Amino acid sequence: MKKVTNPEMLMVANATFKKRLDAKFFSTNGKRAIVICGGTGCLSSDSVAIKERFEKVLKDRNLDGLISVNMVGCFGFCSQGPFVKVYPEDTLYRKVKVSDVETIVEEDFINHGIVDNLLYVDPQTHQKITKMDDINFYKKQKRIALYGCSVIDPENIEEAIGYGAFQALNRALHMDRQEVINEILESGLRGRGGGGFPTGRKWQFAYNQESDEKYVVCNGDEGDPGAFMDRSILEGNPLSVIEGMMIAGYAIGAKQGYFYVRAEYPIAVNRLNIAIKQAKELGLLGDNILGTDFSFDVHLRLGAGAFVCGEETALLNSIEGQRGMPRPRPPFPAVKGLWGKPTIVNNVETLACVPYIIREGVKEFTKYGTEKSKGTKVFALGGKVNNVGLVEIPMGTTVRELIYDIAGGIPNGKKFKALQTGGPSGGCLTEEHLDTPIDFDNLVALGSMMGSGGAIVMDEDNCMVDVAKFYMEFICDESCGKCTPCRIGTKRILEILTKITNGEGELSDLDRLEELADVTKNGSLCALGQTAANPITSTMNRFRDEYVAHIVDKTCPAHVCKNLIQYYVDETMCKKCSKCARNCPVNCITGVPGKEPYKINSSVCVRCGTCLSACPFHAIKKK
Amino acid sequence: MALQEHAIKEIKEIVDQYKNEPTPLMMILSAVQTKFGYIPMEAQELISEETGLSVAEIYGVVTFYSFFSLKPKGKYIIGVCLGTACYVKNSQQVIDKFQTLLGIKPGETTPDGMFTIDALRCIGACALAPAVRVNDKVYPQVRVEDVEKIIDDCERMEAAKNEKGN
Repeated sequence: MKKVTNPEMLMVANATFKKRLDAKFFSTNGKRAIVICGGTGCLSSDSVAIKERFEKVLKDRNLDGLISVNMVGCFGFCSQGPFVKVYPEDTLYRKVKVSDVETIVEEDFINHGIVDNLLYVDPQTHQKITKMDDINFYKKQKRIALYGCSVIDPENIEEAIGYGAFQALNRALHMDRQEVINEILESGLRGRGGGGFPTGRKWQFAYNQESDEKYVVCNGDEGDPGAFMDRSILEGNPLSVIEGMMIAGYAIGAKQGYFYVRAEYPIAVNRLNIAIKQAKELGLLGDNILGTDFSFDVHLRLGAGAFVCGEETALLNSIEGQRGMPRPRPPFPAVKGLWGKPTIVNNVETLACVPYIIREGVKEFTKYGTEKSKGTKVFALGGKVNNVGLVEIPMGTTVRELIYDIAGGIPNGKKFKALQTGGPSGGCLTEEHLDTPIDFDNLVALGSMMGSGGAIVMDEDNCMVDVAKFYMEFICDESCGKCTPCRIGTKRILEILTKITNGEGELSDLDRLEELADVTKNGSLCALGQTAANPITSTMNRFRDEYVAHIVDKTCPAHVCKNLIQYYVDETMCKKCSKCARNCPVNCITGVPGKEPYKINSSVCVRCGTCLSACPFHAIKKK
Repeated sequence: MALQEHAIKEIKEIVDQYKNEPTPLMMILSAVQTKFGYIPMEAQELISEETGLSVAEIYGVVTFYSFFSLKPKGKYIIGVCLGTACYVKNSQQVIDKFQTLLGIKPGETTPDGMFTIDALRCIGACALAPAVRVNDKVYPQVRVEDVEKIIDDCERMEAAKNEKGN
């Protein structure tokens, strides 16, 4: 393909490729199209094999000239994957297996019908739904950061250009640099990586610095357990992030951009590499972009499994080949960052919003959101909800809408207990907060935080002391060790929590936990330490009764903490089959097959739970 | 144990490849880790000679990041995700079961060099929770009962590979 070296050529390319995309979506060339989800979730459920099978079956039946097979980025609704979508009808098939391919070809493509049993079934109404937009999970969503994801082929720059890529850059390059910053300021865009710092202000600081070299760094070290939005953006539309980075570079006066991406995300890294390579080939990265005097180059660096590197100054140290330990601030990176030069560090999702704002206009962005949190936020919904996956919702959507409308409520008729946001730096919201509009400030006011967007739902079977302990184990492991309060404080907190979950806690431990939380918070240099105790203080505030139950009654109300539960056989349900006794590793279950119900000797039982999963009649219970 | 000739050559090539980067240590270490599966002391000494960085500094970086390993890992690296979404869906029991069956703890390798168990911090496959990754393959929604089958899978794959080799 020819290089795109001026705005006119970009317009021509956009028009040409848009026509091609329209052909795919609306069948303007008489062809139909299949798109298959190529996100990490669906790929591990065989979506590549599904694609290959489609190609083979269509070829065998001489249909390959009439139907194209395409792979796109994440559909978001991961628990229902792999997805296959058929254009122009817009039919969405879910949970497709390789063995379903022939049926789809036969019934849909040849007989022009619909494969009924592959349609999504609404869990409430039990109705089958044919189109994606009619599914509740998608109804309240608005795709800004995820623009293009699940629509375009992420490994094909032509489709991205046809879908609007580089239009925003082109517009920005014909604006004054300060005007670009003003638009970002006006949009109210705040950092999507956790802190919520106004992006425009960060840019302004770096713009104001006089320096021969400046850098833009994209933070793709998405380490919060339970968060995968940045990965999906990079997998679904990597060029949107590259374009955001270039606009930032133009605005602050940088010529070099660095991506720092987790090594745990091989597909994202691969697609980012492809996108960078294709953009370079077209001359859209490099010298004199679109005929202007703006030159920009992009580099990719991989993380090596250290959570703290998500902290911006630790990340910079890591790029510089050092241990990923945070630096004292000030000086802030905008003044003295990578190799001592003014640097802005923006998160993937933040940068993905930038082209949308510049291309569609500030108003189009600010019409979503609340007064102080504009636009949308992507959440990774996980845990105990029916619809697990990735959702992008306008800021201000309530917790209730998120959990019950979009996520489809809690499975198995269980009761909602808590929504955990902000990962190991965040806290829990409970039933009384269901009608809280989700935005940066509301979450902080409730002792949690937005974080990068992990949203884990817990039900009555989750023990909140155990959850607190889980986060503390994580933080204790990931603390870089630089600040004593974080290094030692988190260790002491973990020891106390372990003591409590083992049934050896005392009431005075609660005061010590509060004291340690306070010291860790106030004595640490970076956000990791400053927020490390949030999960503890939050669960202690909201679920103090659970802590007290562990300490005073020596019970775990959710039946999770091993030392505090007892297994027993419900004699009315026991069919005397002896399966439990045969599976018990310590032979503590006795009874007579067919005659006497079985009994568990608690003093010998090691609480491994083998009998519970072995019993076909659900007669083994916990108390 | 001294490095073999080919290893010395390969490490030198890796260092050479990044010589124009301003601060290439992380990239060199990632490449060596990927190529050899671990970064022994001897390799660190060689990197030190080639880059002029002190061994102490290199060792500091190697031991800081969990991706870098001082010891060789097993042929089958069983990574059990202990991220939040997996944890609330019982991944702790899954990793416990692997430990019982293989007789090793997370981070350890079986004496025959077949298996390593790794406790992973969120692989981003939250919709598949609890997820287990063996080398590049992700097993979705793993239950305690599935653990034995996963180990069998690996052993079968290894047997097939050996047969092919012969």
